[in-house]
Amino acid sequence: MSLIDVKNLQKIYETEGVPFAALRDISFAIDTGEFVAIMGPSGSGKSTLLHILGFLDRHTAGAYRFNGKTINESTDDEIAHLRNKKMGFVFQSFNLLARTSVLENVKLPLLYSDIVESEWNGRALQAIESVGLSHRVAHEPAQLSGGEKQRVAIARALVNDPEVIFADEPTGNLDSKSGGMIMETLQKLNEDDDHTILLITHETYTAEHAARIIFIKDGAIESDRHVTKRLKANHFIK
Amino acid sequence: MNFKYSAHAALAGLRTNKSRSALTILGIVIGITAIILVMSIGQGAQDLILNQVQGLGSRTIVVIPGREPKGPTDSAQMFSDSLKEKDLEALKNKANVPTLGSVMPIVFGGETGSYQNETFRLTIFGASEAISTIFDLVPREGIFFTDDYVRSRADVVVIGSKVKKELFGSSDAVGERIKIKDRSFTVIGVLPEKGQVSFFNFDETAIVPYTTAQQYIFGIKYFHRFMIQASSEDSILETVRDIQLTLRDSHGITDPSKDDFFVQTQADLAARLGTITSVMTLFLAAVAAISLVVGGIGIMNIMLVSVTERTREIGLRKAIGATNGDILKQFLLEAVFLTAFGGIVGIVFGVVFGYLASIGLSRALGVSWAFTFPIGSAILGLSVSTAIGLLFGIYPARQASQKSPMEALRYE
Repeated sequence: MSLIDVKNLQKIYETEGVPFAALRDISFAIDTGEFVAIMGPSGSGKSTLLHILGFLDRHTAGAYRFNGKTINESTDDEIAHLRNKKMGFVFQSFNLLARTSVLENVKLPLLYSDIVESEWNGRALQAIESVGLSHRVAHEPAQLSGGEKQRVAIARALVNDPEVIFADEPTGNLDSKSGGMIMETLQKLNEDDDHTILLITHETYTAEHAARIIFIKDGAIESDRHVTKRLKANHFIK
Repeated sequence: MNFKYSAHAALAGLRTNKSRSALTILGIVIGITAIILVMSIGQGAQDLILNQVQGLGSRTIVVIPGREPKGPTDSAQMFSDSLKEKDLEALKNKANVPTLGSVMPIVFGGETGSYQNETFRLTIFGASEAISTIFDLVPREGIFFTDDYVRSRADVVVIGSKVKKELFGSSDAVGERIKIKDRSFTVIGVLPEKGQVSFFNFDETAIVPYTTAQQYIFGIKYFHRFMIQASSEDSILETVRDIQLTLRDSHGITDPSKDDFFVQTQADLAARLGTITSVMTLFLAAVAAISLVVGGIGIMNIMLVSVTERTREIGLRKAIGATNGDILKQFLLEAVFLTAFGGIVGIVFGVVFGYLASIGLSRALGVSWAFTFPIGSAILGLSVSTAIGLLFGIYPARQASQKSPMEALRYE
């Protein structure tokens, strides 16, 4: 069984009575340990897909199983716990809490978890170390650069040791150097620590850090291929 | 998420907007301050009045002419002349009121007294010699008049300390003659400074035999009050009943509802005055409470703004595992913390202002106005402000908790 299993997925929005199909017929499977980029132009439905995969939104038709579970069989609270335990999210705009230290920001998911409080600091510090920000633990987001902010967000996504990290345009607000750093970080997490990563992007350059690219256009898959000439951040990978 | 971290998140949310939080609770602070202040002053007034009433002694019974007043503004009894000499004689008769200790008729009024070129507006108190025992009036110079002076309608007067000071300054008063209503009265005694005793300020009073006051000063043949002492505290009710029967008999009244007098015990008076101050206090507190509602609406308003402003934070928290309940708890606690804190600040302000008011009132009125910390009102104020937080916080908190995480994250 695959970690993520999508079959004939559809999502139809209704705006003032006019239906609009954001996703028309999507099928694919992702296994544990994969690094997949979902690519497509804006309006292609890739963000909608990520929201459905991240259990932030419900699909209209078809089937989606995450770890064997579907959103339709669960209550809101169960879904929240599942997101907390099994999923990590990285967003384009970082979404860090202002006037809250890096450590506290990274600890945030632990507040909603079953993990005992005595482990919180250790886990958070470890996650911060894995994105190379140990020297910024007590800083507040306003004191960090864009790239550092996004790495804090990645540490926050990691802290619960999730089964998958969903990254929605993580480099979208960053210059190319910082963006490269973020991709290296994600790559390292995938290669060294076997984290499953699902990346949404519209940049080919970014997408080619992944091992597999699913290209979406107008709500349907146009291609699903493995990257032959994968961009690697060599100095990170063993 | 456990309570500790919900509370933590709520406090962090409030700290982020310190000045806005402070302005938001202003309505609650003012409301609670006003309630505490009103309750404190009300309690102080009540204590003061009860003290004054008790100052007369619990065995004291007062007979007032006219029918019993129907309310605080009913002043019908002020103009009645129903208490006469024959009533006094009837009451003194042991066969009528066996438990009567003593009875003292009183007439009073304002008159101008003068000595040489000095004049002073004084209160004339026409009484029997018993007044010196009832109010513990021992002259610091001279003597008090006796029963003989009363019977002989003597032109003698015992003056209060302020009267002495105004008319005579530092020179001797005893033996001098002062003029009241063109009649000369010999000063036979000067009272020490007494301040306020019960409802009377004897410092500004000139006490004369009631017989003299009736005939030469007021020109009346009736009395303004009978002040009666029951023989013991246990016999008060019996004494009251006997007084009523005696006076009805003397006035030829058969129907008690047609009484042209009424009998008031100290307990009655205390209860009546207590009711008046309680009602006033509650009324003022209710007015103050309206500001709490206004404050609550202010809280709701700001919380709604805060929820909208922090839509993305809500989306993020939900994405990383916060349940609807967690979000509800966080925002509800924010509102409750705001109002509870406002309540505490209000209580502190209320106590401070209440204390200052008690000092001010003591000085202004020349009475010993005791400050009371209305602990009941403080607890009530804190509970009410917390309840307001819950009441007016629930709607914004629900709005927050019901947000779809996806839409919240997309919110610009």
